[in-house]
Order: sequence, then C-alpha cells, then structure tokens
Amino acid sequence: MTKTEPKVLKSRGEPLVHIAKRDSVSIGKKIFIRAAAILCAMILNAVFIVIVTKLNPFEVYARIFAASFSRPMLFMQLLRDLTSLLCIGVALAPAFKMRFWNIGAEGQVLMGGFATALCMIYLGGKIPTGLLFLAMIVTSVLAGAIWGLIPAFFKANWNTNETLFTLMMNYVAIQIVAYTVNILRGERASVGSINQAGWFPNIWGYNYTLNILIVAVLTVLMYIYLRSTKHGYEIAVVGESERTAKYAGINVKRVTMRTMLISGALCGLCGLILVAGDKHTLATNTAGGNGFTAIIVAWLAKFNTFYMALISFLLVFLEKGAREIASAYALNEYIAGIISGMILFFILGSEFFIQYRLVPRRRSDKADQNGKGEE
Amino acid sequence: MFKKIAALAMAVLMLLGMTAILSSCSGGNAGSITIGCIMVGDETEGYTLAHMNGIKEAAKSLGIADSQIIWKYKIEENSDCYDAATELVGRGCQLIISNSYGHQDFMAQAAKEHPEVTFVSMTGDFASISGIPNLKNGFTKVFESRYVSGVVGGMKLKELLDNGTVSPSATPNSFDADGNVKIGYVGAFNYAEVVSGYTAFFLGLRSIVPNAVMEVNYTSSWFDIAKEAAAAEALVANGCVIIGQHADSTGAPSACERMLGEGKICYSVGYNVDMLSAAPTAALTSPTNTWSEFYKDLMKNVMDGKEQPFDVAKGYNDNGVAITALGPSCAPGTAEKVAEVETELKNGTLHVFDTSTFTVTNEQTTCDVLTDANGHLTSCKVNMSYMDWSTMTPIYEGETVECIKDGYFDESTFRSAPYFSVRIDGIIEK
Repeated sequence: MTKTEPKVLKSRGEPLVHIAKRDSVSIGKKIFIRAAAILCAMILNAVFIVIVTKLNPFEVYARIFAASFSRPMLFMQLLRDLTSLLCIGVALAPAFKMRFWNIGAEGQVLMGGFATALCMIYLGGKIPTGLLFLAMIVTSVLAGAIWGLIPAFFKANWNTNETLFTLMMNYVAIQIVAYTVNILRGERASVGSINQAGWFPNIWGYNYTLNILIVAVLTVLMYIYLRSTKHGYEIAVVGESERTAKYAGINVKRVTMRTMLISGALCGLCGLILVAGDKHTLATNTAGGNGFTAIIVAWLAKFNTFYMALISFLLVFLEKGAREIASAYALNEYIAGIISGMILFFILGSEFFIQYRLVPRRRSDKADQNGKGEE
Repeated sequence: MFKKIAALAMAVLMLLGMTAILSSCSGGNAGSITIGCIMVGDETEGYTLAHMNGIKEAAKSLGIADSQIIWKYKIEENSDCYDAATELVGRGCQLIISNSYGHQDFMAQAAKEHPEVTFVSMTGDFASISGIPNLKNGFTKVFESRYVSGVVGGMKLKELLDNGTVSPSATPNSFDADGNVKIGYVGAFNYAEVVSGYTAFFLGLRSIVPNAVMEVNYTSSWFDIAKEAAAAEALVANGCVIIGQHADSTGAPSACERMLGEGKICYSVGYNVDMLSAAPTAALTSPTNTWSEFYKDLMKNVMDGKEQPFDVAKGYNDNGVAITALGPSCAPGTAEKVAEVETELKNGTLHVFDTSTFTVTNEQTTCDVLTDANGHLTSCKVNMSYMDWSTMTPIYEGETVECIKDGYFDESTFRSAPYFSVRIDGIIEK
C-alpha cells in the first residue's frame, strides 16, 4: 500500500500541459501571437456585445476606432494623451530599473504642475514670455525633483521603505494643491482657465504639438541614457544587486539619489506639459491617475521606452474608445470598460505566450515516467 | 513583413474610422439640427441626470431624434471641455451645451473660435459681459423651489415641536442658548449660488417656524457621498432636526434615514431628484430644476435661427422649478400649504428675499449693503464682473447694480446665475 501510493499520486498530479520558456521568438511569430490575441478578444467581445447590449459588434468596433482615427484632431488628441502617459513612464523607467519602487509619480507630476500654475498665474503677462517659460521650466523641474529626492535621500541614508514614502508624498502633494486651489478658485468651484500667457504655442494648427515633440525627444534620450551610458549601466547593476554594485565600486547612495532626482525632475516636467500644454488649469486630479498607470506602462515595456510608447498607445486608444461607445450607444460606462478591458486583458495575456510555450502531455512522456518508476 | 502588416493595419483603421463617421452623419432630418452635450457627470449623478432628462424631453417634444444629440460624459472642468466642444463642432453641431459652471472658461474659448455655433454654458455667469455674442448662459430660479422645500421642512418641524417630539426638555441639544430650534444644511461651496439657495430654504422654513436657526456645513465638492453623509451626521449630532442640502449626491438623505432608524430625530430635504428611494422615511421632498422648459426654448431658437438671449432663468411662472412628490413623513396639511405658497410666488404677492423677513447685522465682505435701524436691507449693490480670484483682477468687467427693489432682493434678474451672497442673521457657516 505505502509503496504504490506515491506512484498513483504522481501520475494523477502530472499536468496536461507543461509550460516551457521559449528560446527566441521571431518577429513574425510575435506579431502572429498578438494578432491572434486581439482576434480572440474581439470575438469574445462580440459575443458579449450581442448578448448584453444587443448591438452590432462591428459597429461598436468601428466606433472604437473612430474615436481616435476618424479625424486628424482626434488623432492628435490621442497622441497628446499618449505622450502625457508615456512621459511619466519614461520618467519612472530609471527608478524602476534600479528597483526603486517610485509609486510617487502622481505627486511629483502634481508638484511640477503646481509650480507651473503658480508661475502662470502670478508671472503671466508681467514678464516676457521667454522668461516666463524659463521660470515655469525651472520651478516645475525643481518641484518634481525635490519631491522625488526626499524619499531617495531617506532611503539612501536610513534605508526607509521607498514604496510607502513615495506613496505618502502623493497625498502631501494632493493636499498642498487642494489647499492652494481652494484659495485660487475664489468664488468658483474650480480654478478655471489660467491666463493664456504661459500656454504652449499653437504649432502646425495644434496647441499640443510641443507636448508631443518634447516627449518624443525624451523617449529617445531616455532610451540612450539607460542603454548606452555609464549612468544607465550603474542603474542596471544597482537594480540587479546592491552588493554587486558595491563590489564593483559603484556608490549606491549616490546612484539612488541621482536617479530619483532625474525621475522626479522628469515627472515635474510632465506636470509642466500637463498644465501649460494640456489642461490649462490646476486641480488635484491634474495628473489624473496617470502617475499610477505609468507604472504599468514602464513595467510591461521592461523599461524599453519605445515599447512604452506602444503600450501607452494601447491604453489611451482603448480608453478613448470606451468613452466613445459609452456615449454613442448610451451604454453604462462600466460596460464600455468591460469591452476595452477584455481587449487589454488578451493583449497582456499574449505576452505570456510570447515568452512561454505550452507543451501538451504526450503518451511517450507518460511511458517514460512509468518506466522510470518501475526501475 | 512588419511594414506590410503595419500598412494593412493602418488601412483597416482608416476604413473603420470612415465608416463610423459616415454612419454618424446620416442622422435624421427633423430640423436637421445636431446638438452636442458636454456633461460633467453621467446618469448616475442626480444633477447631470436632471440635465439629460431635460435635454431629451425638450428634443422629443420638438421632434429631434436621439441620433441628433451627441453626448460627452464625465468631462472635467479643464481643457477636456474645450476639446470636447471643438470635437462637437467638427461633428457638425450647431448647438453645444455644457452643464457645469467650471466648463464656462473653456466654452468661451471654443465659442470665440467658432462664432457660427451657439455655445450655452449652463449655470455660468459671464456670457452677457464677455463680448462673445454666441456664448449664452442659463439657469433656473431654483431659489423659489428651495423656498417651497423650506416650507415643507418647516411644516414638519412645526409638527415635531407641536407634538413635543422636539422640545427643550426632550431634546435640549436641538435648541441654542436663546431657545431657537436648530436645522442644518449641507452646502457644496461658500459662494453665491449656494448662499442664495440656503437662504431661500431657511426663509421658507422660517415662514412656518419663526424661531429657527441654521448651521451650514460645507463639503467643498459638488458630489461626494461620503463627505455629504459626514456633514449631515455632524449636523444631526449637533442637534439639527431638518437637514437641507445643496450638493448632488444621496449622501445626506441616506445618512438621515440611517440615523432616523437609530432613534435620532432628523428629516432630509434633498436636491435635484426624488430622494425617497434613498431615504423612504427621512426624505420629505427635494427642490428640483425642470430644465426641459429652458432647453425647449433654446433648441427652438437655434432651429429657427433666432437669437438666444444671453441670460434666461426660469422659475415657477415658467415651470422652470418644482419640488418632488411629498414623502410619507410630511406633516398633514403640507400639500395645501405648498399649493398656497406656490400660487403666491407665481402671482408675485410673495417674494423669496423679502427684506422685511430677515435682518443683516454682521459684516459683509462680498457685497455692498446698507441696512435700516432694524437691520433690514435697504440697499445691496452687487458687482457683476467676472473675477480672476487669484489675482483679484476682473477678466470681464460688469456693472455694479442695486439689487433691492420694492422691498425685496431681486434675484436672477440682472443675470441668470444667482448673485445673492448676503449672510443674513440666524445662519452660521462652518
């Protein structure tokens, strides 16, 4: 009895499929897997749409596309929102690559936006535009950098928990902005449109061309910084193992603080872009949760900034599509969210199949096992 | 390979996009008007729901099909509103409506760029002084229905006082040092729109119970269920018996219902929508705006190519305001009293802000007031300028007008948005 028991358990417990890591995947196969995932998601969604909303799924999909592609302006808005998200992702990349859990992007962005808004309100129209922009850039970058540096300083010197620290800094930033907004709004419910002196200029017919250009440049620069500079290498080593870094003579303290200074400063710049180039007002939700969404963007892309752009596109595109179908078909926004969420789920799921393959259990495997057992 | 697929994908995207535009353009032909609606919330939020219902009802009565209305939900009070407005212009809208005060700046920005389209910023206040001919404002005289809802609350309070449920011996906490009975109010923000509303509510209630005093708790938000509930709880803990509100959620009525169940004495007067589903026993009624009347005129004007006035505020006389069905807890005789007050408001024998019904002895900062020896207002000058409050400079210069006329404060006449911001005696803001 006791002899046979483990044998039975073993053969029962053997899974139907094995998961094995793929060695290398050709670009064609990658595209095929992703396309298959999108197709699966669309088929499943179509069933959901027909059953729950009784709409024509093709029309619904057409609407989702139309929300971003039917007019140049919508496409530009897609790019603008994509870059707003991407910019934060780019800012977070060095911190996360260093395994420094910067959950505080939301607050760092908000502080940058806060500094920008104050410059626009109190200096706008009083000093030359060039000087105003300089003030906005300096103060916003400084504000974000300080907000990023404080937790890094404590982490480097006293090994405090950066996840909690950066998270708490968000709430401090939100309260500072809430307090200020309460003063600035006067007898209104919100700050309203801030005077136009500090708005990004209209280039090629759009107010946010500059947003897109700045972030495009940042994306390239960050890619190079992380891949091909000494700093980037140090960040990678510290991220892999602090001990190795120390052994290699890297000053971990300095790298930690320097990296968070950069991360925070770039977040501050995102705040500038958001306030002066996009929202034109200040509110506690100016960052709009992008500080958290960007963490997903950075991680999924494994800190490859170009891949981040792709993921940002996907997220923004789906969000716009969901909003569009919610209003076009008077759907509850949750239903729209389910539809776009399902597509996202499948696409993220496909990443698993790009890295791993499923090996079904074969008879010969079983025979081998049995044979071994008997021996 | 990759390039080919990318090109193919792009082509498919464009094609899908095009079909969507084509399908969205082939709308109905009844009037061939297209209306864009920028809503701060969606149907889950009472204030926006009231606007949505008003727009739909107006459109239906004019034969405008659903497909001729394009909705934009949950548009924040920032450039998102401008984006939405520009997009709606691009989709061929001749009329664009936004429903939140904070949208106004961004509507103005879009209005300047698209003079051929009529932009209506509901509850806004600077259309007439902005010099933008195609920007309009609209409101209701909701202070009238707030007054009536105050009467409903007053009837209930009087019943509680008469039958001894609320008395200095039974509920000492409900009376202040001078023996006045306390009521409460959950307000969103401390500016004219809210001040005008709570004063009207208070005066209505005090027309039934003359020795009432009111505490106002602000939430600094138009929609926050938790904060509104907490504000109501704080007021009831302070002894307030009737809780009015000028905030958009069911937070306060639900809290009152719960506390009433726990043996406290508190009844709720809601806002925007019937609160009986949230508070079957605690809810007495809610003052509401009937937006459809405003929207009907507006749509008709735009369709007929007539000029929409800068400011329109509809009250009881134009069916612009009402109160919802009286709850089962209302005092006997309430319906008759309500009908009586409504008639008086309609025929002009009763004015909500009758200066003989209140006194002002505290310092005023927001407007220029003069009072007689008894503390009754004799003059109140209001500056209609639209201010940048952070730098205290006017963005649009408006006139300063005398608002006291024939013994009452003339609300919502000089512009549609409320401007009564006098703090009267008997009300404490917290």
